[in-house]
Amino acid sequence: MDTALASLEVSDLACVRGSRALFRNLYFKVEAGGALIVEGPNGSGKTSLLRMLAGFLSPAAGTISIRVGPSEIAEGEDRGKHIGWFGHQDGLKTQLTATENLSFFARLYGSDPDIGATLEWAGLSRAAGYPVQYLSAGQKKRLALARLKVSGRRIWLLDEPFAALDASGKKLVEQMLGDHCASAGIAIAATHETMSIPASILALNGAPR
Amino acid sequence: MSALLFRDVRLAFRAGGGATLALAFFAGVAALVPLGIGSDLKLLARIAGGVLWISAALAALLSLDRLFQSDFEDGSLDLIALAPQSLEAASLAKIAAHWLTTGLPLTALSPLLGLLFGLPPGSYSALVLSLLIGTPAVSAIGAVGASLTLSIRRGGLILPLVVLPLLSPAVIFGAGAVIAALDGLSNGALGLLAAFSLVSVILAPFACAAGVRLNLAG
Repeated sequence: MDTALASLEVSDLACVRGSRALFRNLYFKVEAGGALIVEGPNGSGKTSLLRMLAGFLSPAAGTISIRVGPSEIAEGEDRGKHIGWFGHQDGLKTQLTATENLSFFARLYGSDPDIGATLEWAGLSRAAGYPVQYLSAGQKKRLALARLKVSGRRIWLLDEPFAALDASGKKLVEQMLGDHCASAGIAIAATHETMSIPASILALNGAPR
Repeated sequence: MSALLFRDVRLAFRAGGGATLALAFFAGVAALVPLGIGSDLKLLARIAGGVLWISAALAALLSLDRLFQSDFEDGSLDLIALAPQSLEAASLAKIAAHWLTTGLPLTALSPLLGLLFGLPPGSYSALVLSLLIGTPAVSAIGAVGASLTLSIRRGGLILPLVVLPLLSPAVIFGAGAVIAALDGLSNGALGLLAAFSLVSVILAPFACAAGVRLNLAG
């Protein structure tokens, strides 16, 4: 885990999907410990922005840079090593149990968490031994949250983290993001709902053509 | 990267995994051919290598189309792409897992199917050795096709069209090695097969990683 992470900065970013420009001239900077909430109507480019930050999509114009101390990392695959991803797809294997899913991911990311305690934190202790296909949509989201928590990454990108979650699940997300920012992490979340954590707001309004 | 390898092997044997299906398909096709040809043992022995090799390649293709596609559809591929290891290493792990759950069991089953073709005792080692050396190339080349077609719905139908022509060297050398053993000759087919397999396994992960990147950006 790189504790020296300083900031994520985006300058003059533009996104074109197909022949349609979703946004352009986007500038923002999130310092360590900061949270950014991306708002906007459906199709305004929230998911595309997150996928760009993660390095899956290449920007039509502009740069994304992650500063780690004095050195700068801007290259796609290198940037990925700082990113914790929470997509709108769960990324879970339905044939494997909750425990197996989480411990596979921890091994893949080279982190060594207490699997049982993490599942208990996510409220999944009783579901731990069941194949994920028997879990509800909300429980799958909770498992994905647990996975993000053990990723050990400093920059969290969350796409609709509240989807399918109940009231206590939403509290869990807010508490988790608050803790992450308090320990000098960065969280960027795309959501339609209000989030009760101190955060800057980026509104994508779908203006450019 | 062993985490991904173990997970894929485990998934292949869980419900809905392709390992046993591929094995059953291989056995089924190879067992049907002697029934269709009749009891001409001399003819059967001569075509055994070719038939078993074609059946093995087709059986492997059955489970190949899901190699990257299932991870793409449920979002796992995004997480794998952000893992500390490169996508090239991840692709190699997936190729290895596919071979361990398909190519290796097919190889182990092949002597039994050779019996159905009345293969003489001296040619079993050539059959097993050619499959052992050649099936990694099937997994590797198939994985390249799988990475290119991973975002296409019904990509499993396009995959054989992309991959089968590329597999022809493996089938030619593999079946050739069995024929040579039948005739008591040495034609160097196994050596060529090994070279082909080695090059495929070395180059395929790079092509797979490029294919995956292309599709993640789509």
